[in-house]
Amino acid sequence: MSGPNDPAAGRPGPPGDGDAPKADAPKPEAPETEAPEKREAAGPEASKPGTPAGPEPVPAWKAILQGLGPRGLALKIGAPVLALLISLAITMILLRATGADPVSSIQSMIDYGTTQNSVVDIVNRATRYYLSAVAVAIGFRMALLNIGVDGQYRLAAMLAASLGGALTLPAPFGQLLVIFAAMLIGGLWAAIAGVLKVTRGVSEVLSTIMLNAIATGLIAYLLNDERLAEVRPGSNNVATPRIPSEGRVGPLNGFLSSLGIDLPGQVYGLLPLAIVVGIVFWVVINHTRFGFDLKVSGLSPTAAQASGVSARRMVVVTMIASGAVAGLIGMPELLGASYEYSLNFPAGLGFTGITVALLGRNHPFGIALAALLFAFLDQTSDVLQEVDVPKEIVGVMQGVVVLTVVIVYELVRRWEIRLQQRTVADELATGHDLARETPAGSAS
Amino acid sequence: MRRGLKISLVTVTGAALTLSASACGGKKADTGSGDGDGKKTLKIGLAFDIGGRGDQSFNDSAAAGLDKAKKDLDVKTEEISAKPDEPDSDKESRLRLLANKGYNPIIGVGFAYTASLIKVAKDFPNTKFLVVDADQCKVEGANVKGACFSEEQGSFLVGAAAALKSKTGTIGFIGGVNVPLIHKFEAGYAAGAKKAKPGIKVLPAKYLTQPPNFDGFKNPALGNEAAKGQLDAGADVIYHAAGGAGIGVIKTVGEAKKWAIGVDSDQYNQPAVAGAKEFILTSMIKHVDLAVYDFVESVANGSFQAGTKKYDLSNDGVGYSVSGGKVDDIKSKLDAFKADIVSGKITVPTK
Repeated sequence: MSGPNDPAAGRPGPPGDGDAPKADAPKPEAPETEAPEKREAAGPEASKPGTPAGPEPVPAWKAILQGLGPRGLALKIGAPVLALLISLAITMILLRATGADPVSSIQSMIDYGTTQNSVVDIVNRATRYYLSAVAVAIGFRMALLNIGVDGQYRLAAMLAASLGGALTLPAPFGQLLVIFAAMLIGGLWAAIAGVLKVTRGVSEVLSTIMLNAIATGLIAYLLNDERLAEVRPGSNNVATPRIPSEGRVGPLNGFLSSLGIDLPGQVYGLLPLAIVVGIVFWVVINHTRFGFDLKVSGLSPTAAQASGVSARRMVVVTMIASGAVAGLIGMPELLGASYEYSLNFPAGLGFTGITVALLGRNHPFGIALAALLFAFLDQTSDVLQEVDVPKEIVGVMQGVVVLTVVIVYELVRRWEIRLQQRTVADELATGHDLARETPAGSAS
Repeated sequence: MRRGLKISLVTVTGAALTLSASACGGKKADTGSGDGDGKKTLKIGLAFDIGGRGDQSFNDSAAAGLDKAKKDLDVKTEEISAKPDEPDSDKESRLRLLANKGYNPIIGVGFAYTASLIKVAKDFPNTKFLVVDADQCKVEGANVKGACFSEEQGSFLVGAAAALKSKTGTIGFIGGVNVPLIHKFEAGYAAGAKKAKPGIKVLPAKYLTQPPNFDGFKNPALGNEAAKGQLDAGADVIYHAAGGAGIGVIKTVGEAKKWAIGVDSDQYNQPAVAGAKEFILTSMIKHVDLAVYDFVESVANGSFQAGTKKYDLSNDGVGYSVSGGKVDDIKSKLDAFKADIVSGKITVPTK
């Protein structure tokens, strides 16, 4: 924040700064030798001793760190790894506190999680989490909290399932129709919240939460054998008619075994869809005008407005995009495993998606890792009960992971800002860059 | 702005985690002492439905059967409970986990286990499986047993009791979650009431939540509110089929000094509602414990038979409780209805 202001403020008074560089000129080499040590030491504290020592030119290591800046690869990988290690330590302590043996508990989770059946389940589960998290992340990128992903995907899956069950179309068309219908329904349901926000100023957080409740009621009303559900005498379940075999998506196992990977369960045939969604998300956000507008609107609505982005249009379009992806969440399960929407259809994925998106920092690749981590934790929660640890500890673990990640990132961000500010301050104090550049600029 | 967003993100995530965690009230599974010397000890694996042990209802009834088996027979047990929002594949992997760990027999509690249990049973032909509340009362496989219950028959009898005991001529029904299983309770209850007293007014059934929100089987506060509503509408007998949420119903109805009717097990003897027990008219009993115990015993003594078994009034798989003696004066009438249902003179509707 103060970065851009300070140089501007500093410029009017060159005389005061002018003397500084001379005093410092003889000892530019000194800090260089300290640098490697400092880099290894814990960040914020390490750089402290340097500052009071008075004005000095920017050391090389600082420049390197700065050059990489917030996008520094080391920080990008280091921060989440640090967060995971911290949360693992906290989890171990918690396990110890509940009277379990932390090492053997985690060992049994890993043992169970790496069996072939579990791997298939984890991949399938991660596919659902991934799509859900991407749907949420699209909104997050624009500072829109789409809490309604849950209702959007359930309504979309239910209506698309009854459409798919009612029609029999030749191979690719049935599937495409169902997927398209789901995206359309999800998008439209989310659009309600977007339109309410831009026309009536209703917070999307409130409207999407309420739309979730409405979707639940609507589904309960429609999922009745007098309406969209199928009559099944004596059944305790209610379900839409099954999608005919022409309209299903086969498992991915055939393709995988041609690669030499033989798995026992059925990997979702629509797993590639999730990958495509991730790639499209990445390309759109980073390499299109729309993605730029979206990010700018999220970072500063006023700046976006000033540069000619219609905030109202962006809100509605983003909500629709988020809802359309939300519509896809149920598709792998619907077309690849259950073939019907019933009481057993997985629910609550929209809320998991929020957590996963947060953990994955709204980045397509980060979300993928977060989805796999959460899928692993959820999958292995059952085995904990077998070793007499309450499965609720997994919920605690997930919470600890997310909180640690958020806290660690926030600390790293603050540290970065402080680092930047200090560098700028140093530059001003020494007059290093600015002082040298300004006279040169005015001279020519 | 950014900080505001972050804080709200954390809040929302916290809420999401709470939402997903609040539903499971699992309990540490206790393994039997297992001092089985010489004779081979049965290792029973039991997978609960949502709610798990401690739901004061369906799952607890299954747990009671398991506890009895543990006491009477030489067995070890392992319990795993379900998550609230899981797809079939989770149930499948849960059963597979138990089977792989060598548990035999394996029990799945709740209709949602039907499909996955049949699938897993195919891969473990030497393991015996039981699904409680088998969907459509159908199972397949030589190692699979299904237990199903005629909840509507038991509900018919408590409905008749409600009508006979009502002074205002208005009775109520509170269901946990709006699912077909609970519709069976409602249909039997209304039919029984109308049969016993044709002029009776049965208030429209109140369902606490809609699927996939299964709070209606857990949250007593919801039961509280619903019971107040029905009391205000003039009901003086209220039947609940709402699991743990029904505790709220019974307490509220008890405070108003009206009659409550319990469900699944004999709630007169349940510590959770001990304060209101004098206002529990009767309970519709669904002997899940019996089904579980029968199955374990049949495996233990080698008399296991595949296929489904129907638990209804004719074999006392369902019924009504008489603890507290509140229905002693109308017992003869209720038993007459029971005889008519067993003989087929009365057919109880299921929806």
